[in-house]
Amino acid sequence: MKSYFKTAWEALLTVFIGMKVTFKHLFVPAVTIQYPDVKLQLPERERNRLYVNIDDCIGCDQCARACPVSCITIETVKGLPSEDLGKTSGGKKKALWVTKFDIDFAKCCYCQLCVFPCPTECIYMTDVYEFSEYERENLIYDFVTLTPEEREQKKANYARFEAEKAAEKAAAAAAKVAAPKTEENKG
Amino acid sequence: MIYDFFHNLTGSYFIADIIQAILPLFFFILPFALFAVWWERKVSAHMQDRLGPMRVGYHGALQTIADILKLFQKEDIVAKDIDKPLFNLAPVLVFIGSYGVFAAIPFTSAYIGANIDLGVFYIVAVSGLAVAGILMAGWASNNKYSLLGAMRSAAQMVSYEIPTILVIVSIVMITGTLNLNTLSEMQTGHFWNWMILGGPGFGIAKFLFIPFMILGFLIIYISTLAEVNRVPFDIPEAESELVAGYHTEYSGMKFAMFFLAEYANMFAVSAIVAALFFGGYQSPIGYLGNLLNAHWLIPIEQLFWFTAKGLFFVFVQMWLRWTLPRLRVDQLMETCWKYLIPIAFVDLIIVGLITVL
Repeated sequence: MKSYFKTAWEALLTVFIGMKVTFKHLFVPAVTIQYPDVKLQLPERERNRLYVNIDDCIGCDQCARACPVSCITIETVKGLPSEDLGKTSGGKKKALWVTKFDIDFAKCCYCQLCVFPCPTECIYMTDVYEFSEYERENLIYDFVTLTPEEREQKKANYARFEAEKAAEKAAAAAAKVAAPKTEENKG
Repeated sequence: MIYDFFHNLTGSYFIADIIQAILPLFFFILPFALFAVWWERKVSAHMQDRLGPMRVGYHGALQTIADILKLFQKEDIVAKDIDKPLFNLAPVLVFIGSYGVFAAIPFTSAYIGANIDLGVFYIVAVSGLAVAGILMAGWASNNKYSLLGAMRSAAQMVSYEIPTILVIVSIVMITGTLNLNTLSEMQTGHFWNWMILGGPGFGIAKFLFIPFMILGFLIIYISTLAEVNRVPFDIPEAESELVAGYHTEYSGMKFAMFFLAEYANMFAVSAIVAALFFGGYQSPIGYLGNLLNAHWLIPIEQLFWFTAKGLFFVFVQMWLRWTLPRLRVDQLMETCWKYLIPIAFVDLIIVGLITVL
């Protein structure tokens, strides 16, 4: 009988104790962050979307080779000797036109391994983490600032230059072959 | 009375009856459900240190309207092997059960749906209709979870009606009336005339009543909480065990009807507790209308006090929901049969003895 009343009393009492706890929480400021409006401060060394400062890129392909998932594709073409490609911010002379610098963020694993080998520090992690897309193709980011026509032009320029060089070489070789003959003719 | 007003306005008892009957639905239950759903989400969120709905309207105030619009658009999915007539009838029956209760609830001294002398008895009887609706829903769904939920609900609601009735009987012994309007009128004046503080009259009996009234209030509050299937007595719709209990198979507007009935029930039982123990629509501190000699103001004030008391008890229901874990079936039955009913009986006998003395 005694335990009966004790149980009943304790049940009632503990309900009120619990209610006191929950009532206090009613006035505790919420921990929710109103996400799209308010964003959490990211840690200092967070790894999110990559960015390539193409003005500094010398097209050395080291990042593409470091990438464990091969999400970076780089194509370069040599500049002509007559062209001035400018310098990187570090003072390095650029020699290659970068005609293709695609990063497929659908593949990227955000390991940051591409960032370390870069000699000019032109590829780095940014704090952008909202870049969802409806089409997977849209996740392939093109960092080259040249227009497609310019890229074709650079390739064509180099091809022409090479062709000219080859023609020159051939001409020189032909001259070399022809020269002894004339000498022979003379002699 | 509003009924006379409508009768004079339309000149027909029939039209006045219809207007009288639909008044609480459109002016009370629907706005209340809209508000209470939002309020419950806000209360539950803040009790868990969250914010709850924030994006639709000011602090999510229009969230429920958006939800209702979504429910309207939803497909009414009907499973293949259900018992169609029963399945379609069940939500209506459950809603009728909770809507019928509102007929005998006095909102103000000027408005009561049906001023019947058997008010409390009628409420107890009509709210029993919901059990049939729930059983119907569970059985017709042809789903093991629905059936289990319905069975639990029936067992729970039938057992918890007993302590409710016992406490009501003890109140009736003091007041000598079953009419909720008369009951509220008796508790007029200030808050010390409320039943929880021994009721009107000033004598030794009043002070003797107080502890037993508080006990009676606790019992009726716990048992009505169980009757409307709220946490911690929500085993009929225990999400973690039974998906959603008896309304697992319902979708679209039929589900919305169960939902509406649940919220209407929440307010109904709170209103009954308020009417029995806390003076119903009576103001605890006197009326501004009397002070300003503007008697038309009194019913509006009464509506305010009645709604405030009802909403407070609804708030306590929500508060309990985020405080207590769900009871097991055996614990539920033990609470009812081994604790609430014997204590209610003792309470009834003691109150009866004091009344006789």
